[in-house]
Amino acid sequence: MATPGGSDDILRGRAWTFGDGISTDHIAPGRLFHLRTDLPELAKHVLEDANPEFAKRVKAGDLVVGGRNFGLGSSREHAPRIIKLAGVAAVLAQSFARIFFRNAINVGLPVLTCDTSAIEQWDDLEVDLAAGEVRDLTTGATVPFAPLPPVMLKILSDGGLVEHFRKYGEFHLPEG
Amino acid sequence: MPATIAEKIIAAHAGVESVAAGQIVVALVDLAVAQDGTGPLAIQQLRDLGRLQLKVPAAVFFIDHAAPSPRAELSAAHQTIRSFCDETGATLSDIEMGVCHQRVAESYAKPGDVVIGADSHTCTAGALGAFATGMGSTDVAIGMATGQTWLRVPETFRIEVGGRFPEGVMAKDLILTIIGRLGADGATYKALEFGGPAIEALPMHERLTLTNMAVEAGAKTGLVGSDETTRSYLAAQGREGDWRPIAPDPGAVYERSLSYLADELVPVVAAPHTVDNVHPASTLAGTKVDQVLIGTCTNGRLEDLRAAARVLRGRRRAPRTRLIVTPASQAVWRAAADEGLLQAFVDAGAVVTNPGCGACVGVHEGILADGEVCVSTANRNFKGRMGNPQAHIYLASPLTAAAAAVAGEIVDPRELAATGELPPKGEQHG
Ligand code: SF4
Repeated sequence: MATPGGSDDILRGRAWTFGDGISTDHIAPGRLFHLRTDLPELAKHVLEDANPEFAKRVKAGDLVVGGRNFGLGSSREHAPRIIKLAGVAAVLAQSFARIFFRNAINVGLPVLTCDTSAIEQWDDLEVDLAAGEVRDLTTGATVPFAPLPPVMLKILSDGGLVEHFRKYGEFHLPEG
Repeated sequence: MPATIAEKIIAAHAGVESVAAGQIVVALVDLAVAQDGTGPLAIQQLRDLGRLQLKVPAAVFFIDHAAPSPRAELSAAHQTIRSFCDETGATLSDIEMGVCHQRVAESYAKPGDVVIGADSHTCTAGALGAFATGMGSTDVAIGMATGQTWLRVPETFRIEVGGRFPEGVMAKDLILTIIGRLGADGATYKALEFGGPAIEALPMHERLTLTNMAVEAGAKTGLVGSDETTRSYLAAQGREGDWRPIAPDPGAVYERSLSYLADELVPVVAAPHTVDNVHPASTLAGTKVDQVLIGTCTNGRLEDLRAAARVLRGRRRAPRTRLIVTPASQAVWRAAADEGLLQAFVDAGAVVTNPGCGACVGVHEGILADGEVCVSTANRNFKGRMGNPQAHIYLASPLTAAAAAVAGEIVDPRELAATGELPPKGEQHG
């Protein structure tokens, strides 16, 4: 997970803030259903219904910062895929909807549950994956994020579920 | 150890005596499904992995979200699905058959199964006493290839419902009321287990409406025990042999218990743009309505159409309120035609479409214009859901939706009853 401006364990990027309840319809709307088999094209519309500027101006290494229940709604895995494809290094939110969270891990997009309430648009953030904290370099504040369950950490560190299967040919998950 | 329904089914599929909430297991999968929006990505993963020998006992692909195809890109996606089914022996449910969740209930899911589906409303099958949950394309692809999935055993919320449903109030009003109370993330990761006298008395189509919407409170699944109602439902589908009883153990541990008295429920509506924005229909009365959609995996069953017909028969939609009726499956469509319901809808000024997802997900068959208001019997009213982020979607029961079509605005459907215009149940189709 090397990113511009960071080592493997440190992600550094600008914050794009969103409110509570960002749904998969905000991220990858049904009206673009026909683009689901063309992810690079769909990615040009990522999060369009939440912020029309986002897809146009997002840069590699940027961080998406949500509020509560990020990713609620449909099971469309295209949602975390196009967030990742757009160059976003990680999604931070107060809480995530279950299917989105699991899909993000499966496609190798880090999703971090932490207190995002004090993060402002364009804040410069540093996510320290090893230390388990997010540092807001703009405000100087530091917030911890909840550690991923070991199973998900394993899948994420293998690069996603397909890579996990390429490696082991079966489920090879830690206990607990 | 006394177990909830979810714990029982997961333990049996993980090959262990018992499981506890929070535990992670690798479980056997009985049925894995995908639809035309999520199937192609699952297929791509299976091809990339070179895993075309599907180990899951039943794999079914449904072409329902964009059926028949409205554009060339989607026709190509459909083709991908058809060739994959030909190649692997996976079952194909093609464009004429209807919405995946209705089809799963009619033909595929069995009490006690673990069902995974690349569609968030896969939880619908929980009404049959299955552990059914939505996942992404990759999880379902792996489930198809290996016949396994990993699961975190969810904590269970018990939802106990007593009393009797009053006239004019449907299971849709109950589940919207519950979601209004829990919030859209109030049950994230949990299983919702519905029980109590009012649930035991509830027919299968109404149970399916409850479990369908479990995910709208964030839940992993919704479950109802498998009982005589389940048995007769399966028997009516020619599947009585698939029946087995399932109930939670006395003393099972619930993280939370919520109680309702059905008699106290009123018709409610979820206002834009979140499903937990729930209000009594009467408080939204007067809201002008441009389009009404009756259908979807939430409320497109035969009994839902009967309920709508009770309001619509012999009447017409308001002049500037379009009415779209989309039966959930071919079986529903046929039965509704046989009973004369489709004719009654057409007489009332409706467009009756082919079975499928129809206008629900904004692909075709009823996309809204800027600023328009739709009352829909679906399960989601998110911004953009019906193809236009500038439109407004209100969710309601088939009775409330039909009443809105007639009035041209949101009304409490019981008002029609009070004026003698809503005939009592059972009078229409004896
Ligand atoms: S009817 Fe609507 S909610 Fe149900 S499966 Fe189809 S698109 Fe999804």
